[in-house]
Amino acid sequence: MNVWIAIVVTAVGCYLVKYLGLSAPAGVLERPLVKRLAALLPVALLAALTAQQTFSDGGSLVLDAKAAGVAAAAVALVLRAPFLLVVGVAVVVTAGVRALGG
Amino acid sequence: MVRGVSEQTEIRSTERPVPPQPAAPAKPDSAVIRDALGVGVAVGLSGFAFGVTSAGAGLSLLQTCALSLLVFTGASQFALVGALAAGGNPLTAAAGAFFLGARNAFYGLRLSAVLGYRAALKPLAAHWVIDETTAVTLAQPDRRSARLGFTVTGLTLYVLWNLTTFVGALGAEALGDTRAWGLDAASPAVFLALLAPMLRTTVERVAAGLAVVLVMVTLPLLPTGVPVLVSALAAPAVLVVQGRRERVTENRTATGEDRS
Repeated sequence: MNVWIAIVVTAVGCYLVKYLGLSAPAGVLERPLVKRLAALLPVALLAALTAQQTFSDGGSLVLDAKAAGVAAAAVALVLRAPFLLVVGVAVVVTAGVRALGG
Repeated sequence: MVRGVSEQTEIRSTERPVPPQPAAPAKPDSAVIRDALGVGVAVGLSGFAFGVTSAGAGLSLLQTCALSLLVFTGASQFALVGALAAGGNPLTAAAGAFFLGARNAFYGLRLSAVLGYRAALKPLAAHWVIDETTAVTLAQPDRRSARLGFTVTGLTLYVLWNLTTFVGALGAEALGDTRAWGLDAASPAVFLALLAPMLRTTVERVAAGLAVVLVMVTLPLLPTGVPVLVSALAAPAVLVVQGRRERVTENRTATGEDRS
C-alpha cells in the first residue's frame, strides 16, 4: 500500500509541475536566481543519487561489486558510449565481479 | 544526445535549401520527423532499464507500469523506486522524485510560447513535457516544425518507454534474483549517464561534489531517503557562495561587467 501512496503522490506532483510550466504566464518563473537554482537542483540530486545507490545498502555504506560496475560505466561515458551501452556495461561488470566472488 | 540534435538540425537546414520565407527558414517535415524519431526511439528503449530496476526493487508489474504511464519522467521514476527499495518512507521517496521533476516546469515555460497550444490542449500536452521533447522542440526553426517535433518525439517516446518498461519488468521477474545478474547497478549507472552532460561548469561540478559529500556523511545518520533531500541543499549553497564571489569581484574591478 505504501508503494501505491508514493506512486500516486509522485504522479500527481510531477504532472502538476509540467502543467504549471506550460500554463503559467511568461515571466512568472523567469527570475535569474530561480532559473539557476532550477538548473542546479537536478545536478545535486543526480550526483547524490548516484553516490547513494552505488555505495549504500539500506542505511549503511558498503563497497561491493556495484562500485566496479558504476566505475566501468563512468569509463564508458568518457568514451562517449551511447546511453544503453553505459547501463549495459555497469550491469555486466557488476555481475562479472559478483560471479568471481567480489 | 541533446547536443547532437541541434547540430544535426543546423547541418540539415543548410544541406537542403528551401524557398525563402519571411520569418524563420522552414524545415522539411521529413527532417523534423527524422530528428524526433531518432531521439524518441533511442531514449524510449531505455524504459527497459527502468522496468528491470523497478521489478528488481520489489515493485509489482502493475506498479512498475503505472509509474511509466503516469509519471513519465525517467529520472524521477528511477529515484522513486531506488528510495522505495532502500526502505524509505513513501512521502520522502516521492519528495526526491518530485524535486527531480520540478525542472519540467521550466521546460514547459519555454515550450509554451514556442508551441502556442490553446488552453484546452495544454492539459494533454503537459504530460509529454520532458528533457527530450523540449530539446527537439526548441531546436526547430518555426511553430509548425516545433509542434511536429514535439508530437512525434512525445508519441514515440511515450509508446516505447511504456512498452519496454513492461518487457523489462516481465524479464526481471522471470530472472528471479536480479542482484546476481548485476541489475542493481543499472539505476546508479542511469543517474551517472544523466548527470555527466550536466557537469559543464565549475559551479555544476562543485554542486555535484558537495551533494555527494552531504549524502555520504548523512547516510548512516538520517532515516532512509532523507540524505538525498539534504544533498539538494548543495544547489542553493553553491549559488550563495558564487553570488558573494561575484559581488567581491564586481567591487574590485568596478567595471559593471556581467557575470562569468
